[in-house]
Amino acid sequence: MNANIYRHEFRARLKSVIIWSLALTAMVMFFFSIFPVFADQAALTNQMLAKFPPALLEAFGINKMDLSTVLGFYSFIFVFAQLFLAIQAGNYGFGLVSIEESEWTADFLLSKPVTRGQVLTSKLLAALTSLLLTDLVISMVSIVAITLFRGTREYNLSILLLLFLSMIILQLFFLGLGLVISLLVKRVRSVTPYSMGLAFGMYVLSAFSGIFGAVKLEYITAFKHLDPAYIVKQGAFDTPLVLINLGVSLIALLVSYWLYIHRDIPAVS
Amino acid sequence: MSVIEVSHLTKYYGKSRGIVDVSFKEEEGEIFGFIGPNGAGKSTTIRLLLSLIHPTSGSAKIFGKNVVADGPEIRRDIGYLPSEVFYYEGMKVIDLLKYSASFYDCDCTQRIHELSEIMELELNRRISDLSYGNKKKVGIVQGLLHSPKLLFLDEPTSGLDPLMQRKFFDLIRAENKRGVTVFFSSHILGEVQRLCTRVGIIREGRIVAISDIRTLQKNNYKKVQVTAQGLTATTFKLPGVTNVQMENDTLHFFFKGDINTVVKKIGGLKVTDVTIEEPTLEEIFMHYYE
Repeated sequence: MNANIYRHEFRARLKSVIIWSLALTAMVMFFFSIFPVFADQAALTNQMLAKFPPALLEAFGINKMDLSTVLGFYSFIFVFAQLFLAIQAGNYGFGLVSIEESEWTADFLLSKPVTRGQVLTSKLLAALTSLLLTDLVISMVSIVAITLFRGTREYNLSILLLLFLSMIILQLFFLGLGLVISLLVKRVRSVTPYSMGLAFGMYVLSAFSGIFGAVKLEYITAFKHLDPAYIVKQGAFDTPLVLINLGVSLIALLVSYWLYIHRDIPAVS
Repeated sequence: MSVIEVSHLTKYYGKSRGIVDVSFKEEEGEIFGFIGPNGAGKSTTIRLLLSLIHPTSGSAKIFGKNVVADGPEIRRDIGYLPSEVFYYEGMKVIDLLKYSASFYDCDCTQRIHELSEIMELELNRRISDLSYGNKKKVGIVQGLLHSPKLLFLDEPTSGLDPLMQRKFFDLIRAENKRGVTVFFSSHILGEVQRLCTRVGIIREGRIVAISDIRTLQKNNYKKVQVTAQGLTATTFKLPGVTNVQMENDTLHFFFKGDINTVVKKIGGLKVTDVTIEEPTLEEIFMHYYE
């Protein structure tokens, strides 16, 4: 690891971390503020939800959530938070080395006395720090929101912590996958379309996986690996799926190292 | 000791050619000119030596070490000024230079200020606000601030005004006097002629000639111009005569060989004017490219 690169990379992403954190804070706060209404009129809510097409409820996993409980309602919000976190992580993953190449600053960095491995490790750790920071902010904001709006309803803290832990696992997945894809395609000109595509694509797959219950789509979509409805209901991770998730992240990172070390840095021509 | 030792270096980008079978050596303290038109493979060669790209075949050594295996160690003593300069747009000049300096074991602050003063570079401006010429200056300071032993200059003068070019050349000469080896790539022959001791000419990815700059000029062609009445294009039909051009009563041609044969021929004419001179590098160069 090279501390200079790490510091430089971390600073470059600080603004983005603040914006993502603020956006997610606003979302969690706003949605959880309506929890007391939902909880008080649980019967009414369930009546209303019963009128929705079952496929829709299945797609968002709502049929597995009890919106009248603290964690049931929180997991409903958490699904959307996951989507945002995936896009953020995808952004950092796709941009990790490709931004340097599309803005042609890679020549500057790689003509310094550092190995490609050191460059990538420093960049990855900086991105991971940024993601952890975002997750930490969300976790704290969530606890504040729950404390403010839960009233007298109880909840299991250890399950909540499990949900918090799932954030960084999900982000590592999108960071790694984004990075490896950015190194496999010829050139990434703009990061956002890629990260949005990857995150929404997986999200839609995860939704479909709910609709066609029989098809085993849960193996390939990260949102199913860390399905909040499952975690809240079972009080635990779906261990085999989480292991698949971590395995994919690890392979993506290892392949990325190999590709980056052997990469020809494109030049202006 | 050879600072750069390139042997049979070849690079293909997929199917398109980068360089083919390039071999040369550069000795310590030399200023080696690397001339060729755009797309000949100059930048490819430099980028291979810096390990920014990997060779298809062949190998290269710098300071006696393999550029692929010992890249980071070698790059400690290398300064690189790319042909197109791009830096982190949001940064201030001084922050970028400090970031650059942080990779080397030196306190380069004083050198940064010295160099910026010479190149008239304002340190507190943002990179995104700089003109191309000013970015080039950042590149020059960035390439020199850690007092490297070997300098790669890839078309360094583009974007600099003539006054700055002169300051830059003075700077390079001073560095060279300190013992710094310089690899100077350019397509402008005048500046190579001014600065370099030896040149390599590259064309379509292959080295066409490597030569001392004086031998290239002296042992090669003479440019002859004869004005006399009754001249025809075939008057000087001798072996070694090329590029014959007739203009009114004046005959221009290049000659390579024993100059006495030409002088004898001229002796038999009633001439009004004769010049025999060394061709410029430009003309030699054009000859290689015909």
